[in-house]
Amino acid sequence: MSIDTTAPAATTPSATNDPTAPTYDNRTAFADELIRLARTDERIVAVCNDSVGSSNLTAFRDEFPSRLINVGIAEQDMVGVGAGLASSGMIPFVCAAAPFLTGRSLEQVKADVAYSQHNVILCGMSPGMAYGELGPTHHSVEDLSWLRALPGLDIIVPADRLQTRQAVRAAVASPRPTFIRVGRHKVPDVTPEGTELVRGRFQQIRAGRDVTFIVTGTLVSRAIEAAAVLAESGIEARVLNASYIAPLDVEAIVAAARETSAIVTAEEANVAGGLGAAVASVVSQLEAGARVPLRILGLTEFAPTGSTDFLLNYFGLSSAHLVTAAREARAHA
Amino acid sequence: MLATDLEQVEVWRALRAQLEDASAADRDALLAEKARLTRRSIITMISTAGQGHVGGDLSVTDILTTLYAYTLRIDPANPTLAGRDRFILSKGHCAGALYTTLAHSGYFEPAELNTFMAPLSSLNGHPNRNKVPGVETNTGPLGHGLPVAVGQAMAAKLSKNDARIFVVMGDGEMQEGSNWEALMTASQYKLDNLVAIVDRNRLQQGGRTEDTNALDPLDERLASFGCEVRVIDGHSYAELVEAFAPSTTGKPVAIIANTVKGKGVSFIEDRVEWHHKVPSAEQVLLALQELS
Repeated sequence: MSIDTTAPAATTPSATNDPTAPTYDNRTAFADELIRLARTDERIVAVCNDSVGSSNLTAFRDEFPSRLINVGIAEQDMVGVGAGLASSGMIPFVCAAAPFLTGRSLEQVKADVAYSQHNVILCGMSPGMAYGELGPTHHSVEDLSWLRALPGLDIIVPADRLQTRQAVRAAVASPRPTFIRVGRHKVPDVTPEGTELVRGRFQQIRAGRDVTFIVTGTLVSRAIEAAAVLAESGIEARVLNASYIAPLDVEAIVAAARETSAIVTAEEANVAGGLGAAVASVVSQLEAGARVPLRILGLTEFAPTGSTDFLLNYFGLSSAHLVTAAREARAHA
Repeated sequence: MLATDLEQVEVWRALRAQLEDASAADRDALLAEKARLTRRSIITMISTAGQGHVGGDLSVTDILTTLYAYTLRIDPANPTLAGRDRFILSKGHCAGALYTTLAHSGYFEPAELNTFMAPLSSLNGHPNRNKVPGVETNTGPLGHGLPVAVGQAMAAKLSKNDARIFVVMGDGEMQEGSNWEALMTASQYKLDNLVAIVDRNRLQQGGRTEDTNALDPLDERLASFGCEVRVIDGHSYAELVEAFAPSTTGKPVAIIANTVKGKGVSFIEDRVEWHHKVPSAEQVLLALQELS
């Protein structure tokens, strides 16, 4: 069973700050890549919780009916079944809406996946506030905090179509316990062509020496926009895409602290224990001169009613908010 | 990861060969002797560690002995053999019984049992597959083993191998909802290669199961979830051997093994306080006498 890791790359333009750029639902790229790999690798199976449609697995089921395991609305069972499949040499992609996959099955993720080190690929579909008006029960903004606390579990947050494909390919090429946030809220392509997804590494999307944005998922395109605005007033912002939350790219964080005068983090997640907290734990332990001002943008409370875009703005996660946070942080330097 | 004890593997192989040729009566006598030694080892190990779950260890001993000595298609010298039968101890707190059984089958040196729960020992209070050969998945929190076993049974079906997957739950553990989710899945997918064994000793940590959150009619409940149910005496080797035979109905097999918590040591038997009490030096001597 050979694994083709070279093709097909999504046809992506380079990083853009064009607000009219087309946007995409990453679930499409996810399902497409999974099916492509499953054609030549019989180890690949999909497991879901009555989420064939919402996990975008309909085409997978039609092509590989025996390799789509739908356990029904039973998330604890679902993750355990994934662990059993992995322990028998399969590569299970366990797909469910991210809030239920992580919240309902957290103990299974801890004991059966991370602690047991079974190579389950946990695919948190429609993460963050993708379910907008459905409210906090259906938002997955705690996942990064919860899962960061589990040793031995990789956490990948693809920022666009290309990274989603790359994450799926990485999971098959080198299976290990992994959580992938598979976004539903449409995002533009942000990854420059030829940029590889490397385990435990951020990608630098834009170079800069004045301030650093460390952002993830839906916030990457917003940080690119913010950097363009800052550039108009002569402030050069470095933009780092934290596509791996775990393992954490400590080196890139330290470099940002030493080489730029402030850091702003932003994530579609709760700030208690998420990406910003991870960055803070690194920066706050550096030598005095490198402990640069830091702004951590994210959620601090359960969301009110609103669409995803409304809520992102409500919680201060627009590009304009990022610009303001960067200016404020620099002012404290 | 602990190393295989090839000398013990040879002992295991010799017993397996003896059992295969033995009459039913001789087979049961050989299993009884193996179980007696296992029980002695459990008592000694818990006494040395000063910790352990003696009651549940002793109730599951005959089940484990029969599986490892007689039933499971395994090779202790090759714990990751492709297509092997699998065993999961979902009631992971009874790791003491599992470790003793594995060591006496050659998965690792029996001398290692002296390190049970000592600092940095591979033999944690709950089994870790990354440290102990023969352990298929890490257990401890209850209600985890059966879903994992269901996944293994599915994998065997998908890979078209005839491996069978055995899992033991405590009876109190059946109060966990995840088990019932997993039984529904096992039934839906017709996993007739799955054998779910309930160690029905009728006690849980805090009291009698039926006074806590009653399980009966457990047989009817398991049947209504789509299992082929077999109710047996979990201390009868003849009944255990028969109950471990393959499914005859195309359904997953559920075995209610009626057992006595603390089986084999009179003052421990069927007493709730012996869930994880540690015997005194004097009690150890008494227990070993009863098991001599």
